[in-house]
Amino acid sequence: MLPVTYYLALSAVLFIMGALGVLIRRNLIIMFMSIELMLNAANLAFVAFARFHQAVSGQIFVFFVMTVAAAEVAVGLALIVTLFRTRHSVDVDDVTLLNG
Amino acid sequence: MNLSEVTSVGGFFSLVPLVVFLPVLGLLINMIFGGRMSEKAIGWTASLASGATFVVAVLLATSLAGHPEAVTIPFLDWINIGTLELPWAFRVDTLSVTMMLVVGGVGTLIHIYAIGYMHEDVRHHNDPSRYRRFFVFFNLFIAMMMILVSADNYLMLFVGWEGVGLCSYLLIGFWYDKGKDGIGNALAGKKAFITNRIGDFGFLIAAFLMFQYFGSFNFDVINEMAPAVAAAAPAAVMAMTMFMLLGVTGKSAQLPLFVWLPDAMAGPTPVSALIHAATMVTAGVYLVARSFALYSLVPAAQNWVAIVGGVTALLAATIAVGQFDIKKVLAYSTVSQLGFMVAAVGMGAFTAGMFHLVTHAFFKGLLFLSSGSVIQGMERGEHHVEHDPNLKRKMKQEHGAGHFDPQDMRTMGGLRKRMKITFWVYLIGSLALGGIFPLAGFWSKDEILLESMHLHPTVYVLLTIAAFFTAFYMTRQVVMVFFGEPKSEPAAHAQESPAVMTVPLLVLAGLSTLGGLLNLPYLHTFKEWLGHTLGEAEHAVEGAVEGLAEGAAHASTAWYDLGGLDLRVALFSTVLALLAIALGWWMYTRRMEELQSLPLAKRPDDPLRKILGPVFKVFENKYWLDEIYKALLLDRYVDVANFLAQKVDWDFWHDWFHDKVLAGGFRGLTWVLAKPFDLGIIDGIANGLATGMQGLAGQMRRLQTGFVRNYALAVFLGVVVILGYLVLRMI
Amino acid sequence: MTVQLILFIILALVAVATALGMLLSRSAVYAALYLVLNFATVAVFYLLLNAPFLAVAQVTVYAGAIMVLFLFVIMLLGTEQLRRRHTLAWQQPVAIGLGIILLAETAYIVLAQRGLVSPGTTEIASITGSPTEVGFNLFMSYLLPFEITSLLLLVAMVGAVVLTREEKKK
Repeated sequence: MLPVTYYLALSAVLFIMGALGVLIRRNLIIMFMSIELMLNAANLAFVAFARFHQAVSGQIFVFFVMTVAAAEVAVGLALIVTLFRTRHSVDVDDVTLLNG
Repeated sequence: MNLSEVTSVGGFFSLVPLVVFLPVLGLLINMIFGGRMSEKAIGWTASLASGATFVVAVLLATSLAGHPEAVTIPFLDWINIGTLELPWAFRVDTLSVTMMLVVGGVGTLIHIYAIGYMHEDVRHHNDPSRYRRFFVFFNLFIAMMMILVSADNYLMLFVGWEGVGLCSYLLIGFWYDKGKDGIGNALAGKKAFITNRIGDFGFLIAAFLMFQYFGSFNFDVINEMAPAVAAAAPAAVMAMTMFMLLGVTGKSAQLPLFVWLPDAMAGPTPVSALIHAATMVTAGVYLVARSFALYSLVPAAQNWVAIVGGVTALLAATIAVGQFDIKKVLAYSTVSQLGFMVAAVGMGAFTAGMFHLVTHAFFKGLLFLSSGSVIQGMERGEHHVEHDPNLKRKMKQEHGAGHFDPQDMRTMGGLRKRMKITFWVYLIGSLALGGIFPLAGFWSKDEILLESMHLHPTVYVLLTIAAFFTAFYMTRQVVMVFFGEPKSEPAAHAQESPAVMTVPLLVLAGLSTLGGLLNLPYLHTFKEWLGHTLGEAEHAVEGAVEGLAEGAAHASTAWYDLGGLDLRVALFSTVLALLAIALGWWMYTRRMEELQSLPLAKRPDDPLRKILGPVFKVFENKYWLDEIYKALLLDRYVDVANFLAQKVDWDFWHDWFHDKVLAGGFRGLTWVLAKPFDLGIIDGIANGLATGMQGLAGQMRRLQTGFVRNYALAVFLGVVVILGYLVLRMI
Repeated sequence: MTVQLILFIILALVAVATALGMLLSRSAVYAALYLVLNFATVAVFYLLLNAPFLAVAQVTVYAGAIMVLFLFVIMLLGTEQLRRRHTLAWQQPVAIGLGIILLAETAYIVLAQRGLVSPGTTEIASITGSPTEVGFNLFMSYLLPFEITSLLLLVAMVGAVVLTREEKKK
């Protein structure tokens, strides 16, 4: 059995990569995928801790996170489609209505 | 003493409030219903109210005869402040009832007379609507005078004192739109009022002092405490009495404040008779008599009062000699006679003073009313002339086109044939005033002279000379008015007055004749009567007299003593009066006739003018007292007022202080506040804040790029920082 | 150096590599495919961590359903690549810098092992992560949240339908 820290470190690296994806990429779909990556990183940490603490609750949480992610993707992609219909673009930098 | 005790005393004492309320009732009736009442009804209502008052006074007198001690009838609570409890209470004693009888009796006669007199007067002045007003004022005066004399304390007395002053003012200015320049009468009223105010100021100060030293205004309390207070604070009692003297000189027309009374003759003649001869002006005498307890304790003040009275008596008598207006002569005569009274009460001869007050009310009331009859007789004559073209032309040739003055004695003469009743009653009044035996004036004047010989020789001399002048000017007046030939057409056609006027004259003539019976030698009814009230004071004075004048102590055995009547004094004054009459008679009949032979230009209107020369001028012009007052006081006062108004108020206060300092300063301040402060600092801060905010917002809005990734970066930065913070804490 | 460690290192390298690939690939389709691979490696990690049920769910839900959905959308919109733009050019280095700082911070936390029980010492196979165990827990302890997720999915479904529905032009 590997120490939990290994998994935590991997989880952190994946999470940071997801965050950087959100910050750097302009493509809304890729940003969305980066968010999924961050959720996965968190899931990995959950499962590692579940194993570490010998508690199945961690795995149940991952199950819920997956459900929420599925719902989120459904709504999020619907939003992207709607946005594309009005703007004909999935470039996030085209959507600057909040510009002061 | 409450009412149940009063009833236990018995008699009619509890009726005393009626003396005030009956005239008030009369005036209310006339005020409310007078518009629909005839002149006769108005006049008789007022007269009836006054007569009923007199009846009440008589009832009170009969009750007092059985129970001579003073009775106080509380009526209602008036002033309750702290320790001061001042009920509105009526005091019934011999002194107050004497005054009530005089006011009610003479007042009623004058009311009745006025029914006839005012009937003509309002028509002569072309304003019959004032008839009702006259009687309302008259009843008001009776009510106020009754408050004055029935008062139980000095404050209530002051209410009456001011009330009669008000009535006097109202009635002097009764024809307020007549007189010189159309405001002469109004000015006369104003003069009377203001002069009286100076006196009232003295009265008030005296009252304040009383409250300070006695803690009360009640006559009884003050009389009781007076000796103790006088011993403790003699200066205070002196000040009280002297300030009260100032009040007396105002109300009773004494030096130096007598100047208003002659001008007060602007009022209708019944007013002059009632207010300015018989009753109101004697209020001062009454006040001194009322305050006998105080005056007896300060001989210095008594001396002053006596001197003031004596000098006024002489001065006014000399002025009367030089007057040509029939009413002015009587006015100065009144001042002079009031001087007699004031001198008498001043030296402590309270009974003599009050006695003269009563008889004077009779004969001076009579004289004034008779003069009113004469004046209206002349007016009727003038009326007759106006309607006869021949006579009118003749009159114009003799007197020129100027306005005819029915009061000028120089236009009269020979009236005894045309106005018989008036002549006889006038003659009786004059003789009574002149002090001829056995008329009322003889007894009262003689008593004053007698007392003054014992008590104050200086005043005796003054009064004796004044008495000589009195007899002289009355002779002069009677001769000028009634004897000789008519000196003008109106005089030649004068007509007698109606019965409503002559009957009161006859009654007053009777009183003037028999008034002396009140206080005959040996009997001294009046003295005994007043003694119940003024007893102590009189005894004290008599004791002093006996102590001072040893000779007088043996008076009862001397040949000249006739039971309180000194034959020497009486004979001397009578001889003097007869001498004056003879002199007057000679002067204004014989000498006058001789002068008629002179050419018109050199012919003097008065023989005395030739004999006395400039002195007569002095008399005629009243010693120029009015002018002196005007120059010394009035003009200075006006100067001060002008200075205050123009320089202090307008130039300094308004122009400089208000406009320059206050308004200018304020303007400057507002400029400073508005421009540099408000616009500069306040607005600067506000605007600065606003622009600062705007600028800041302008900078801040650049943060809102609208790029979602930017916001995400901010969140990420937050995560990094917070985690960094936690890490640093871990280290 | 156990087999497990070797396997972990290889899988970890694959996971990081695929993540980087997703991050850097210009084409959205490539990015999606990289991500599928990444999800698959994570599923293997789940197996290693005694969570077989989750591993299967990961493959079916994530790698299968979700990523297929992504690919559908990409193809539907036809936006595999965006044109080059230089908006917010400064953000990229800042973001990378911040990412490095965050990595350093987490590295410190993990390496310092503060608040963590020393790992690897206890090896109790008390949980299996088998569908039986997970299901038991799910329907006993977490029944209410489970039912709420069904509601959540329903709402998401309705929401997606409403959002993408074309407005009828009148």
